[in-house]
Amino acid sequence: MNKVLVMVAQRIALGLLTLFVVSAIIFLAVELLPGDIATEILGQTATPETVAAIRRELGLDQPAYIRYFEWLLGVVQGDFGRSLATDREITELIGARLLNTLFLALVAAAVSVPLAIGLGVMAALYRNSTFDRSVNIFTLSAISMPEFFIAYMLILFFAVRIGWFPSLSKVDLDQPLFDRLYAVALPAVTLTLVIVAHIMRMTRATIINLMSSPFIEMATLKGLPPWRIVVRHALPNAWAPIVNVVVINLAYLISGVVVVEVVFVYPGLGQLMVDSVVKRDLPVVQACSLIFAATYIVLNLTADILSIVSNPRLLHPR
Amino acid sequence: MAEIDRLKNLLSKGIISRREFMVAAAAAGISASSASLIVPSPAYAAPKRGGHFQLGLGAGSTTDSLDPGRYLDIYMQTVGHSLHNFLTEVTEDGELVGELAESWEASSDATEWTFKLRKGVTFHNGKPLEAEDVVASFNHHRGEDSQSAAKGIVDPIKDIRADGKDTVVFTLEAGNADFSYITSDYHLPIMPSKDGKVDATSGVGCGGYVLKKFDPGVETVVERNPDYWKDDRAWFDQITFVAIKDVAARTNALRTGQIHAMDRADLKTINLLERDPSLNILSVTGSQIYTVPMITTAEPFNDNNVRLALKHAVDRQELVDKILQGYGRVGNDQPIGPSYRYHADLPQREYDPEKAKHYLKKAGMDSLTVNLSASDAAFVGAVDAAVLYKEHAAKAGININVVREPSDGYWENVWMKKPWCMCYWSGRATADWMFSIAYAEDANWNDTDWKHDRFNKLLKEARSELDGNKRAEMYAEMQTIVRDEGGVALPVFADYVNAAAKNVATGKIGNNWDMDGLRVAERWWFKDA
Repeated sequence: MNKVLVMVAQRIALGLLTLFVVSAIIFLAVELLPGDIATEILGQTATPETVAAIRRELGLDQPAYIRYFEWLLGVVQGDFGRSLATDREITELIGARLLNTLFLALVAAAVSVPLAIGLGVMAALYRNSTFDRSVNIFTLSAISMPEFFIAYMLILFFAVRIGWFPSLSKVDLDQPLFDRLYAVALPAVTLTLVIVAHIMRMTRATIINLMSSPFIEMATLKGLPPWRIVVRHALPNAWAPIVNVVVINLAYLISGVVVVEVVFVYPGLGQLMVDSVVKRDLPVVQACSLIFAATYIVLNLTADILSIVSNPRLLHPR
Repeated sequence: MAEIDRLKNLLSKGIISRREFMVAAAAAGISASSASLIVPSPAYAAPKRGGHFQLGLGAGSTTDSLDPGRYLDIYMQTVGHSLHNFLTEVTEDGELVGELAESWEASSDATEWTFKLRKGVTFHNGKPLEAEDVVASFNHHRGEDSQSAAKGIVDPIKDIRADGKDTVVFTLEAGNADFSYITSDYHLPIMPSKDGKVDATSGVGCGGYVLKKFDPGVETVVERNPDYWKDDRAWFDQITFVAIKDVAARTNALRTGQIHAMDRADLKTINLLERDPSLNILSVTGSQIYTVPMITTAEPFNDNNVRLALKHAVDRQELVDKILQGYGRVGNDQPIGPSYRYHADLPQREYDPEKAKHYLKKAGMDSLTVNLSASDAAFVGAVDAAVLYKEHAAKAGININVVREPSDGYWENVWMKKPWCMCYWSGRATADWMFSIAYAEDANWNDTDWKHDRFNKLLKEARSELDGNKRAEMYAEMQTIVRDEGGVALPVFADYVNAAAKNVATGKIGNNWDMDGLRVAERWWFKDA
């Protein structure tokens, strides 16, 4: 167990360093983009005097490195600052959006992860059968289509033609749970279709790989039924690669769904970040990218811990 | 006119659409403006009160602010018109009437303007409207430290003062006979003041609706103001403005009934929408222009012959047909269209490759190669329009390289920087206003860097001229100068094309801005409320 603690400590230290590097790169990248908040907010109506007045007010006339370190100093003290465009507290601005993003990710994950693993196990169990082939064909076709295309197809059939689900996913923090689930049905299905193939294929491959191991042969010789062999003997040994692929997909669900958000007009973090990049609202961009980077770091850490915990040889090294 | 009667018959039976009627009428030799007069105008039913109106708009951003000085696009502009009133209002017929101002008068040289305020108007917070509020509301945009997009508009105001509780006096740097139009600008609502300052981000105004919820980039909810002083406006009980940038998402939401109306219908699929029996296409020809400004101080555009060659080298009608799908009309290389009071009916410039060649020769060239910077940030279809322009110009021996520019940062890096690019302008309420912001030599947005002494002299003189006939002559001359010597190729006027469910009713739709002069919240209602 000690080894795990050491690893966690190391990873957290490394993670903080990564966050620092990410924030510096993002800051630099947004600085390199032409224009700043003053010119973007005023757009076609910008005049030199008003641009200068906005820059003065927001302190944009200071050199970039000073602004960066001022921002960093604030973040270290837990103050993410205020949005340049709206002067609202960033924590308040991001809070609701983050909850929405997490809610959609959670719903999509709750459907897709059990489904994908179940399908993977079944596909391994009935390897090369018609069932296996059709699941493969279906999931691979789904992953091959761009997500906005899947989204539009779902809207066309389930919202426009049949009218079962809404095409706009309007959610609200004080909505009852069932209404929220109903509102996010189509985006959640879209995301499920996008990630199922990946997890399912990995589960199937890992289990098939294990099925040729001696201990599975032993179990077969013992006369165990095939489902028991897979569920009790193969699956526990397959967790490490499966957890890794699940985690990568979870991270995608949180940070990579901006296209789906746009199509369904879902008020998530991705839209907020895109709006902020367009208007060069640096503190908001920084806060969003820190959240996304932290998501990857934390989830990867979780995956590593889970693979160690699920593997006695790693958990108790000699 | 048997042909027209037949068309009218088809139209009234719903066999052809209004657009098909207009196209066929044009083919029969009837000009667009008279064709629209022939179309039987629907009898407007009496408006009804009630209902929760959901309006989907293809704009809006998380970075939006309630500060009118920061209104950037149609989203905050329509929200602003639901919350606020202005000194003056441009009606659906294009006339200027008083809104919070009951009457106004100008001194004989048009430098001093006195506005009398309407009595008995209160703000949403209960404060009665007073002259001080008007002064503070305008001062919000003025001064050294102004961060307002309207600073350019209010700069000519030398002084504002309150004269008693219900009179405001504006003193201008120079005479401006159109000043009362300027006070209708969407940046200039009247907000309640406290100690000479307004709280611009509170959203409190004296408009027909009271702000309930403001979630920038997502939705804004407003409720009817029970104390609204106009009793023939603001019919809905509640309105939700939904920000839906993706046009496919907007269209789907309208077709599935999640919203009742939307702006900017997708012209590429407009045929499908026209056929949907549950929807109406609401289009109006306004003064929105798609322009192709040439910087007149840069080679080769510093030679007017080159500019004239390029102006003759574009097939305007094809742009209207293919880019606007018929929802627009050809332009004549000057921005003052038929919806302006001082529009001059100049001969239409036609596509003529031979003339273009002739002007090239005059400029001492056999052929010409130029870059045209384009991006859909300028307007939807700008890149396609540039490619069509290239095809048209090729016939005149002009080789146009279409340079595709990134949408991001287009106004900052391409417009007014690259010698020739695609651009758009919303119209303004008056010819003076339009010319002053984009054609005058000292204008911030003189996007062709154009200096024409006679034009600039006329512009100043016409501004303070109070005699309507003299003004009309001056503006006609200015329009001719811009058309023949200006730096802008102006191929088309683009309609504002919106769509609404059948149960949404409107009166005549104003064309000074998109969304019924931005006043959709006040003017529209539900038939079945």
